[in-house]
Amino acid sequence: MSDNGYKSGSNLEKIFAMGEFAVTGECGPPKGSDVSVVKKKAEHLKGYVDAVNVTDNQTAIVRMSSIAASKILLDMGLEPVMQMTCRDRNRIAIQSDVFGASALGIKNMLCLSGDHQKFGNHPGAKNVYCLDSIQLINTIKTLRDEGKVMCGDEVEGETKMFIGAAANPFGDPFEFRVSRLAKKVEAGVDFIQTQCIYNMDKFKRWMKEVVDRGLHEKCKIMAGITPLKSLGMARYMAKNVSGIEVPEEIIARMKAAPKGKKAEEGIKIAVEQIQEVREMEGVAGVHLMAIEWEAKVPEIIKAAGLYPRPSPSA
Amino acid sequence: MIIGDLKNTDEILDSIDDAKKVLVMGCRGCVTICQVGGEKEVALLASQLRIGDKARGRNREIIELTIERQCDAEFIEPILGKVKEVDKVLSLACGIGVQYVSDLGLPTPVVPGINTTFLGVNLDTGLWKERCQACGDCVLEITGGICPIARCSKSLLNGPCGGSADGKCEIDPDVECAWQLIHDRLKALGKLENIERVIPARSWATSRDGGPRTRIREDLRSISREEG
Ligand code: SF4
Ligand code: SF4
Repeated sequence: MSDNGYKSGSNLEKIFAMGEFAVTGECGPPKGSDVSVVKKKAEHLKGYVDAVNVTDNQTAIVRMSSIAASKILLDMGLEPVMQMTCRDRNRIAIQSDVFGASALGIKNMLCLSGDHQKFGNHPGAKNVYCLDSIQLINTIKTLRDEGKVMCGDEVEGETKMFIGAAANPFGDPFEFRVSRLAKKVEAGVDFIQTQCIYNMDKFKRWMKEVVDRGLHEKCKIMAGITPLKSLGMARYMAKNVSGIEVPEEIIARMKAAPKGKKAEEGIKIAVEQIQEVREMEGVAGVHLMAIEWEAKVPEIIKAAGLYPRPSPSA
Repeated sequence: MIIGDLKNTDEILDSIDDAKKVLVMGCRGCVTICQVGGEKEVALLASQLRIGDKARGRNREIIELTIERQCDAEFIEPILGKVKEVDKVLSLACGIGVQYVSDLGLPTPVVPGINTTFLGVNLDTGLWKERCQACGDCVLEITGGICPIARCSKSLLNGPCGGSADGKCEIDPDVECAWQLIHDRLKALGKLENIERVIPARSWATSRDGGPRTRIREDLRSISREEG
């Protein structure tokens, strides 16, 4: 079958090519080899998202590998976005794992720096960072487009990956954040998922600069949305998660919601956020990170008017 | 300079437990400047060990000696006799000094009294910070004189990562984000373009990752051969 000019031929890539507003979800693998955990989360997402991010030992806590969990999703008929961090693998392991993932049928990946191991359950681990996330993007692009590994050796077979990366509009220094995105574009990124957005004004400012620099035409920008389950979660995110800003008005809304209705309010906020980013120029999709709350994804997607999902013809 | 930290007393006591005569050996180099292994610290540790021994009813000889540099033959040779006289040398030099004495081939074992921690600067009284990892291919010219290898927690060449907040690194609110510093410095220098393009992956072969490093300067070696 011809690839019709697609870089990877992934479902996500095709959705973008159709000009549809894309939706991705997220699935954190279990802290062990319990397949049922992956399956249970994935069942909630099936049919409601175009692809599912599979995290790579997120927050540096040892979990089932993202490659293995991605393969489980594939077998269930869901399309994975395999996350890969630069924290745990050198350039030999990274390229090798990407070959393996591609051989298993994985067509999307997300290139990340990774959370430092200091906060994980193995703070004594060696931190690798043989490459950084931008160099990783470029490495995968070279594998795919030139058929070469970093040293220049030819690869056997094709490595068709749709290359994603993260962007944090709320990280500092704010004025350099769009330049950093531009570097990811220069390195060859195809799509971007942002950090979860609560501070819409700041996101708008960031997005405007992205559009002014024409970066939205060179890669697809997906806005990160995480529904808040409780007031406690809102406060925790505001205080403890580096690179996330939760404005006072969101906290106030969660606070004002009656007891027993906080989760409902959180979902309402998420739906409004999706609708708001959908209106913004340059935003090509949403990345819905319903952390340990996958069961609510169908409700949110439906309420946001994003269901049913389009099915691209092969 | 090389920064070190005194090991805890129990660990030190354990390491010299089997010795009847111990030489506590300091160095007047970096460890004197960072106040961990100079003459003063040698005297202090030696007296602590004597007091500890006394409390345990133990009678052994603890000798003190601080030399100019423990990593240089010129200063070690004159004191070889002293080293041979003892059962153990407890060195307060950095790991390099410990190995230098240890490698002389004497029967006397040499044990470290300090942990060699990093290459850094003394910023204030009692405050030292890491500055260099001796990576073998210095990039300070690009990064405005701030080292991303030693000072970014992830050694990123294209930072800052998403965890940078209010100038601090995601690993600790007391750790400055090197990439915020690099950004600010380059901005002040009018050189932000240095980091606006992708910095390609580097080779780590020049760093420790390439295996133990040896440096040979043939020009110097041939002069020394001619001079005989
Ligand atoms: S770039 Fe390398 S040599 Fe230069 S200061 Fe950093 S670690 Fe040291
Ligand atoms: S926050 Fe700054 S110093 Fe810390 S890992 Fe990220 S870029 Fe490096």
